[in-house]
Amino acid sequence: MIDTGPHSSHPAQLVTESYDPAPLIRVKNLKKHFPIRGGFLPRTRAFVKAVDGISFDLFRGETLGLVGESGCGKSTTGRTVLRLLEATEGEIYFSGEDVRAMGPAELRQLRRRAQIIFQDPFASLNPRMTIGQMLEEVLRVHRLGGDRMSRRLRARTLLDTVGLLAKHADRYPHEFSGGQRQRIGIARALSVEPDFIVCDEPVSALDVSVQAQVINLLSDLQDEFDLTYLLIAHDLALVEHMSDRVAVMYLGRIVETAPVGSLYADPKHPYTRALLSAVPRPEPQRTKRRQRIMLEGDVPSPVDPPPGCPFHPRCWHPLKDEACTRMTPILEPAGDNHTVACIKFLDDSASTLDSS
Amino acid sequence: MPLLEIEDLRTYFSTDAGTVRAVDGVSFEVEEGETVGIVGESGCGKTVTSLSIMGLVPDPPGRVMTGSSIRLRGRELVGLGKNEIRRIRGNEIAIVFQEPLTSLNPVFTVGNQIHEALVLHRKLGRSDARRVAIELLKEVGIPEPDQRFSEYPHQLSGGMQQRVMIAMALSCEPDLLIADEPTTALDVTIQAQILELLADLKDRRGMAVLLITHDLGVIAEVCNRVLVMYAGQIVESGTVEEIFLRPQHPYTEGLLTSLPRISAAGARLRTIHGAVPDPASWPEGCRFASRCSHAWDRCMATMPLLLQSDGEGSGHSARCWLQDLPLSRKDQKGTRAPP
Repeated sequence: MIDTGPHSSHPAQLVTESYDPAPLIRVKNLKKHFPIRGGFLPRTRAFVKAVDGISFDLFRGETLGLVGESGCGKSTTGRTVLRLLEATEGEIYFSGEDVRAMGPAELRQLRRRAQIIFQDPFASLNPRMTIGQMLEEVLRVHRLGGDRMSRRLRARTLLDTVGLLAKHADRYPHEFSGGQRQRIGIARALSVEPDFIVCDEPVSALDVSVQAQVINLLSDLQDEFDLTYLLIAHDLALVEHMSDRVAVMYLGRIVETAPVGSLYADPKHPYTRALLSAVPRPEPQRTKRRQRIMLEGDVPSPVDPPPGCPFHPRCWHPLKDEACTRMTPILEPAGDNHTVACIKFLDDSASTLDSS
Repeated sequence: MPLLEIEDLRTYFSTDAGTVRAVDGVSFEVEEGETVGIVGESGCGKTVTSLSIMGLVPDPPGRVMTGSSIRLRGRELVGLGKNEIRRIRGNEIAIVFQEPLTSLNPVFTVGNQIHEALVLHRKLGRSDARRVAIELLKEVGIPEPDQRFSEYPHQLSGGMQQRVMIAMALSCEPDLLIADEPTTALDVTIQAQILELLADLKDRRGMAVLLITHDLGVIAEVCNRVLVMYAGQIVESGTVEEIFLRPQHPYTEGLLTSLPRISAAGARLRTIHGAVPDPASWPEGCRFASRCSHAWDRCMATMPLLLQSDGEGSGHSARCWLQDLPLSRKDQKGTRAPP
């Protein structure tokens, strides 16, 4: 039987009893709206609702995958959580501390404990600094690693940790390949001994054979340093490979969250189902007989999102009706720590139940 | 006769670092109505191959070397004059690039640009050209084509821009469509739409498609045959099933096992260690040897040839000395199947 009762689906159930039940990161009803200015007298004419009310918890040592198509707000979410962007509304807690209320001193502390790895490692490295100088600079700014000599030593140890050689410390970013640059980006993030790293499309600029090296490195480092990752990616296979839990975003909202196995085996939201079916798979034996859900049209503009369910204009589900254009669904429990934002979900599972 | 025959294509670039042999002895064929995929990582020469076919290699610094042959229905394209190649390009072979917005002219309307192609290549009158252009926009699945005709490229989404590029490529009814990473810039749900459109058009028009991509998933979905390129050469070729289910070259195998896959539990990805060698100085022997876990002295010393791997008559070939190992099969290696 499908459990549709109001049982708790709090993600804390995912971690073992002996574990600290307080999340490392808690995000509640986070919104980030960017103003659009323009016209004859520049004034705010509209808002891009990049992130429009999302909530999630992230526990120590786990990886939460944030997946969605371009413009769904996943990168904005990552940056807002780190306060690289100021949130418009909502609450962000890091180790129980209110991130939005932090003053300069606390923020500096946050910068040490929470780091980010960007998609394009080259754009995020200073071309005029050697890799060694850059890593030593980070340590100096954060007053880590002792005196100059020990900082030098520490920089070289970091390079070793990410699979580069000590002699690379004297080279400049342009002397490295894409995969090596991403390793440098990872070394820099690690240099301050963070608890939490936002990995924003960490391998999407890399070739397949190099991607695997970086993915394995990120997994190893997570085990070694007990890191917590927020993995932002559009590649559903990568997200499945690296995540413990996954949140699917569409047009600034989370439409489904679930433990990774449950999401991929039993996706519930019509968008998630379409997204998973659209991924081209390198398995010719199965692609020939696979049913694909083809979505029509494009993602609507986040400036003027559709009323009701943001997905309704592209929704393919037979139960879609006029109610979907009126009622904005919220995430509701759907069994097994699964939550889904679809007002038709309960009807859908009921009808499956009837037919079986 | 195959639609397209490429024999020993060599496209070199002179750079400050020396001569870069971007495409270095590539031979393959595309039959009428067939979809052939070229897959490989950045710098393997797949895009330069497509530019060479189109006669679009910037010269200088690039050059299609003498001895290279590109034949369309038996007609040699290498060495043709600018005007002759221009007649073929567009009319008989068309190309769609990865970034539609960089290929579309931002100051002309979408309709204007398709219109131009029709007037220049098909010598249509103005009103006929407009009618055909709108029909084409409709054929590639653009809603309200009449209205879109007079819109500018920036007013369209990425998926719609790519549809416009495809409409433009189709405008002269080419026999061969080269699609160079046509969906790489697009989201996965839009990618699915474009791939479906390409498959549809191919069936409806009987056009051959040469699809160039780094995405093995895309290849598996749409291609009949696959060429795997590495360091300027084809290292393996075969049907989609042969390549994905029975890869012969360690590079192909490495690519397939280093991909994270949906619903394939596995704690760790296999990796190919190291990186592609410097294209200005390819190694003497097998170009994959330095990254290959099977390599031995012979691989370092001598370049393997692209030879049949599944026995006589099979289209499955690989450029690897490993294939020589079972001695009983050695006899079959000497001869190549007729084209």
